[in-house]
Amino acid sequence: MEPLLTVENLQVSFTSHHRTVDAVRGLSFTMGREKLGIVGESGSGKSVTARAILGLVGSPGKVEAEKLVFDGQDLLAADPATWRSIRGRRIAMVMQDPKFSLNPVMKVGAQIVEACRAHSKMSRTQAREEALAMLRAVQIRNAERVFHLYPHQVSGGMGQRIMIAMMLITSPDLLIADEPTSALDVTVQLQLLAIMDDLVSQQGMGLIFISHDLHLVASFCDRVIIMYGGQVMEVCDAAELQNAGHPYTQGLLSCMPSIDRKQQVLPVLQRQEAWLNKM
Amino acid sequence: MAQQDVMIDVQGLGVSFGHGSARVDAVRDVSFQVARGCSYGLVGESGSGKSTVLKALCGLYPLQGGSIAIDGRACIGRRNLDFYRQVQMVFQDPYGSLHPRHTVDRVLREPITIHKLERAESRIREMLVDVGLGLDFRFRYSHQLSGGQRQRVAIARALILKPKILLLDEPTSALDVSVQAEMLNLLHRLREKYDLTYILVSHDLAVVAHMCDRLGVMVNGRMVETLSDVSLLNGQATHPYTRQLINACHGYDRKMIDGFVRYE
Repeated sequence: MEPLLTVENLQVSFTSHHRTVDAVRGLSFTMGREKLGIVGESGSGKSVTARAILGLVGSPGKVEAEKLVFDGQDLLAADPATWRSIRGRRIAMVMQDPKFSLNPVMKVGAQIVEACRAHSKMSRTQAREEALAMLRAVQIRNAERVFHLYPHQVSGGMGQRIMIAMMLITSPDLLIADEPTSALDVTVQLQLLAIMDDLVSQQGMGLIFISHDLHLVASFCDRVIIMYGGQVMEVCDAAELQNAGHPYTQGLLSCMPSIDRKQQVLPVLQRQEAWLNKM
Repeated sequence: MAQQDVMIDVQGLGVSFGHGSARVDAVRDVSFQVARGCSYGLVGESGSGKSTVLKALCGLYPLQGGSIAIDGRACIGRRNLDFYRQVQMVFQDPYGSLHPRHTVDRVLREPITIHKLERAESRIREMLVDVGLGLDFRFRYSHQLSGGQRQRVAIARALILKPKILLLDEPTSALDVSVQAEMLNLLHRLREKYDLTYILVSHDLAVVAHMCDRLGVMVNGRMVETLSDVSLLNGQATHPYTRQLINACHGYDRKMIDGFVRYE
């Protein structure tokens, strides 16, 4: 099967007057229409990877790669017009915090309609119908009422559902979800994951799911990439994660409190410079 | 529980906002007691009123009914300085709770000035070491700190008055899992060192189960179940909402999620 996304030797660096920070160093992976998890601590380069795939790393950031191919299209050579046809339409991204990603002075319904009409030709009424249907699809019970609310009038979980609705209304081929649920209640979090999961299986969408919660990713995704310091520590099947060999993976797994056993002191993650290949 | 061991006594607490048809009862008839030196956890989804309980405790919201007693003394109306010497709070968002243009030193000095305490220098030094930051951080601004470091400053600010009670409002939910582990260990160590009493509010049952001896589960402003950590571990939770929360803590399972019910 043709891979949906191929990334080979991705490098992202940020240069300032004092120094150069290598945020991503030599990341490679290919993915099909599956659920791929990227896990790591903050600063491990997972969000920068997501932004690089969408061409959203701005100056002074520099993105280099041997290959960055999405569904046969070379993203490295893409001009602004090509990017516009890809972003939002074919690759969509759900960001971490709905508070900062929604337009605060525009009603949520209008924002979804705007996203819808920007990418496909349709009438206002038709777009409105689509938007309402999408709001219902992400399990907002009172869609008509929510349609006319401003972002500050909705809760965090509702805001994130709205974001997901807005991103999915163009039925993209690849959805990048950058910690979409880490600020939410556990039950709401799982319900949102279920919505995305259903869309992956029904529409054959690819999903890159970025999180720092390894247990959640392991139970949700098909494959997991574990990142540290901008490099891949390990790639494994989610089902095999409990037997993962890398000490960093084991550390991430064991530092979470569990309701099945009582520990006095949680093991703290040990980080080692030696894990990183010097360049 | 013997009467002198009760540090926090909340009886029939009610908090409401608005009037007439716009009235919202955020907390209804919540009662619990916390023994000296123990940790009490409040779990529930957002909007269930758990943070409101904390804010009512430290006098930020007026009570609609019920009573609060701290260390045997009833708290009514506006709290005085002595109250805040005893009760301090740590907020959820370390990015929002520190003044962006104050150095760590100034953040920690402010409570000392307000309470007219002596030995400001040595208190600040001692507290910085206690929360694991070290003296290098003393003259930094909050934007020069990571999320975990900021939360350490927030904890240091709360503890610099040597309070007896620390109210923790989702202290780790804005942090990475690895930093969360460090923070929970720190809170555990500080509780033993200073003989603190904690109330910890979180939506993460695993965090509450790890930190607390007893916990209360809140749904829609009411306390639906109270449990000890042992009975939680032994699966003795009875309320369906608690059971749902426990299931949710075990990770993603598509079939289980269809069975989720909203409790009202």
